[in-house]
Amino acid sequence: MKLSTRTIVAIGIGAAVFLVLNRFVSIPSGIPNTTINTAYAFLAFMAVIFGPIAGALIGFIGHVLTDATAYGSVWWSWVIVSLFVGAAIGLSWKKINIENGVFGKKEIVTFNLYQIAANLIGWGLLAPVLDIIIYAEPSDKVFMQGLVAGLANLVTIAILGTAFLAIYARTRTKTGSLNKED
Amino acid sequence: MQKPIIEFTNFNFQYRAQSNPTLIDINLIIHSGEKIIIAGPSGSGKSTLGYCINGLIPHYYKGNISGSLWIEGQNSENLKIFDISKYVGTVLQDSDGQFVAQTVGEDIAFALENDAIDQKEMISRVEKTSRLVDINSHLGSTPRELSGGQKQRVSLAGVLIDRVNILLFDEPLANLDPATGRYAMELIDDLAKNTGSTVIIIEHRLEDVLWRPMDRIVLMGEGKIIADTTPDKILASGLLGTYGIREPLYVTALKYAGIKITEQMHPSSISLMNMDTIKKPLQHWFEQTAETKILPQSNAVLSFSDVCFSYSADRVVLENINFNICEGEMTAIVGKNGAGKSTLCKLICGFEKPEKGTIELFGRDMVHTSIRERADFAGLVMQNPNQMISQVLIRDEVGLGLKLRDVPQNEISERVEATLRVCGLYSYRNWPISALSYGQKKRVTIASILVLEPQIILLDEPTAGQDLRHYTEIMEFLQTLQKRGKTILLITHDMHLILEYTQRAIVIADGKLICDNHPAKVLTDDSVIKPANLKETSLFSLAKSAAITDPFEFVKKFISFDREARQSCQQ
Amino acid sequence: MSAVKMLSYIKRDSPVHHLNGVTKLITFLAWTIVCMLSYDTRVLLAAMVLSIVIFRLAKIHLKEVGFVLAFIFFFLLLNDAAIYVFSPEEGVKIYGTRHLIFQISDRYTLTQEQLFYLFNVTLKYLTVVPIALLFLLTTDPSEFAASLTGIGVPYRISYAVSITLRYIADIQTDFHNISQAQQARGVDLSKKTGLKKRISGISIIAVPLIFSSLDRIDLISNAMDLRGFGKKEKRTWYRARPFQVMDYCVIGSVLFLSIIGLFITFSDGQRFFNPFLG
Repeated sequence: MKLSTRTIVAIGIGAAVFLVLNRFVSIPSGIPNTTINTAYAFLAFMAVIFGPIAGALIGFIGHVLTDATAYGSVWWSWVIVSLFVGAAIGLSWKKINIENGVFGKKEIVTFNLYQIAANLIGWGLLAPVLDIIIYAEPSDKVFMQGLVAGLANLVTIAILGTAFLAIYARTRTKTGSLNKED
Repeated sequence: MQKPIIEFTNFNFQYRAQSNPTLIDINLIIHSGEKIIIAGPSGSGKSTLGYCINGLIPHYYKGNISGSLWIEGQNSENLKIFDISKYVGTVLQDSDGQFVAQTVGEDIAFALENDAIDQKEMISRVEKTSRLVDINSHLGSTPRELSGGQKQRVSLAGVLIDRVNILLFDEPLANLDPATGRYAMELIDDLAKNTGSTVIIIEHRLEDVLWRPMDRIVLMGEGKIIADTTPDKILASGLLGTYGIREPLYVTALKYAGIKITEQMHPSSISLMNMDTIKKPLQHWFEQTAETKILPQSNAVLSFSDVCFSYSADRVVLENINFNICEGEMTAIVGKNGAGKSTLCKLICGFEKPEKGTIELFGRDMVHTSIRERADFAGLVMQNPNQMISQVLIRDEVGLGLKLRDVPQNEISERVEATLRVCGLYSYRNWPISALSYGQKKRVTIASILVLEPQIILLDEPTAGQDLRHYTEIMEFLQTLQKRGKTILLITHDMHLILEYTQRAIVIADGKLICDNHPAKVLTDDSVIKPANLKETSLFSLAKSAAITDPFEFVKKFISFDREARQSCQQ
Repeated sequence: MSAVKMLSYIKRDSPVHHLNGVTKLITFLAWTIVCMLSYDTRVLLAAMVLSIVIFRLAKIHLKEVGFVLAFIFFFLLLNDAAIYVFSPEEGVKIYGTRHLIFQISDRYTLTQEQLFYLFNVTLKYLTVVPIALLFLLTTDPSEFAASLTGIGVPYRISYAVSITLRYIADIQTDFHNISQAQQARGVDLSKKTGLKKRISGISIIAVPLIFSSLDRIDLISNAMDLRGFGKKEKRTWYRARPFQVMDYCVIGSVLFLSIIGLFITFSDGQRFFNPFLG
């Protein structure tokens, strides 16, 4: 499939924004070692607008560069999870069709079902399994870690991802129906 | 006559999402080698006309087209955007958006890379083209190492390298300081002479574009071509004012002096203008007019004493800055990009701390107050409203600062409503912000600062990219705030704004304060103009050509006369 | 300007800097794959020593990466501690023997096997660091897209990476400006405020950043279309660096060493080197 120039640019700029959000806009949630990371809410948002390939690549490039510029090395197991989560949420793209400007109850539910499944499979299963295969880390530890990260992202996306999409949908609505009030 | 290179015949265009056509019955012929200005206020269809020429319509912007457009002897119906890009090179207004590659050399080579041209050939063509625009010594630089003018030259080289015959400029002067803008016009003119290219400039700053002679002005209004003739004829016609285009200042001055503008005077250029008929009435006006004295200064609300600041030891940004801002003043901070204007702003808001010296607000040293507490005294409105807006509804956006300060809900509603009334946004209060125009959005961001009731309001480039109507709207609004006692500080390089609205201008050049004086001084004194990348106002040049005894005094009188004239015009 | 440091290209004149980006990318990927697959202490140690030697060649000073190394050491210690807490006898499970050093409680013991296992985990993470750092610090980002295409990535996607590298700094500046302006309006992200307020504060900063970036996407994609991006199946690169003899030598040696490394690792049928046997 040939990606359009706009999708290519969305991937490039998306990855840059992902990196900046990941580095600067994550705040402690109150639970030790867990942060509310806006970067994943943004990833989900972009995946719904630009589709699964863009979602996968924003997650992948964004995560690789975040790791590389911050730690000088790359944690591949978790990078692959970011790619997976971006792609999986992106699959809801055709169903939601946000460009229509409609983001009602039905669309919110669809979006959240996809993102919950993506996070549970990605962080709850894929991440720990990769950690076991690559690093032979103890299974209790990696499943616990994955689950905590997954739940944190799930909640973040449910709150902020949904909010971003709702705002975006508003910018797509036709303005003809508005009247001035006195 | 030369052969037509672009030909619109009975051309109409309507955007898919809009209920009315944006271009109506366009008939326009542009000949090879001509230099054309397309002028018109926002919404007149001038940008849309540009999109038709460069192929973004119908490639990116979809809609209904009727009539025909021929480019270089081919029907545009049969041309893809990639084909058109071989004939038409577009230089966009936002040079940061157009500069997509990581270094200058790569960006100039971008079109060749896409054509899969051999690397050796690319290197030699980049070398040659970069010489044309004098950027060849920066081929390895990144966009962040370049000034706005340099970036624009890179954009220009990036389209010239494709050997296009038509150069299309979309508001090339919008983001440049005055001196750089003047240089850009000279460069474009020289290039056109040397290469024989056709030049089309979409711009509403007529006086600045006319710095070099242009063949024709196409004036647009509400989707139609209103006039299509020589600059001299247009200036004599008086149509410009009707269609929201600012006429050159010296033309306004001539009119104030009661001189009738005719085509034969050559009003498009001061140097070509016949002075004989002008001298007398102009001198007479100068002698008759008295300058209204500005009221004595009140007490200082903001003062800088010996403030120094640097990001690192080798790069001093501000050096020993001293000034006072008085209550109720409107002051401009001017200077070229990177001179330290934004840093000055950040110091006032407390985003950065001075290394040395003190900043006092209302006589209080502000060293230990937090960013948020300072916002109660001085509020900042950013240049791009989209970088401030986070809410869907206007009333939520305006009330945000109060909500974050835990003000009770009923008080929030009251204060938001009062502020919306002041800002003329009350009837839109329940609208989504996305439905507003750019100028209205700007007003929402001003309202969201105003609601916190700071005494001082700081605005970064409040009128950048605005046409005359929106510019006037924003500035008149700021003036009403000033009349209500607010102190207003503006960062700008708009010479008209300084001249029309401010009482004072503070000029920063290379980290030093080089002038703090009446706006007329800033626009006429060479020792200020040069280092700050400003340019001498055309009023001054006019006064000198007309042998007026004191040209500086002439500018001052014009400023005061003009303010009164515009005020009585509004009442 | 910002409090958070970002690692990026450091321009220098060194043999490593002169290598083609493709060579360095292949080296980095081969290194990563070997170190991910192998758990053989001998292979990891050899890779570690070799990577430190190459690091010296690249004329990168330790103080330039000190803050990152400190962070990685801290992270790895934390990771080791977590492994120990969850599974104090993971080493015993892996190596199949049990040499007790001392006992803390019923569950928590200290064994030679566990110490050796933790040493290996740490080593495995660390071995990749010098090479990854080198790749990042010695590869001119503007050459990077050409390198990606060189190893077979479609050029459109390589260009997406180039756009990311081009605009990170601009978006970072946008972020700082937005964040400061919103703090002035009252956003407080410090620990003093409650969780709910912090989340709403975060979105007040994120929303303008995200939506102004969407505007940027439209603008850039128009600018690229206007200059013919994507019209051909192939694309050339102004900044591609031609291959030299040295590049072929490096790629050859890296591939050769990788195969040897993997061969040593798996010659005994499993990826762990077990000094406790026999």
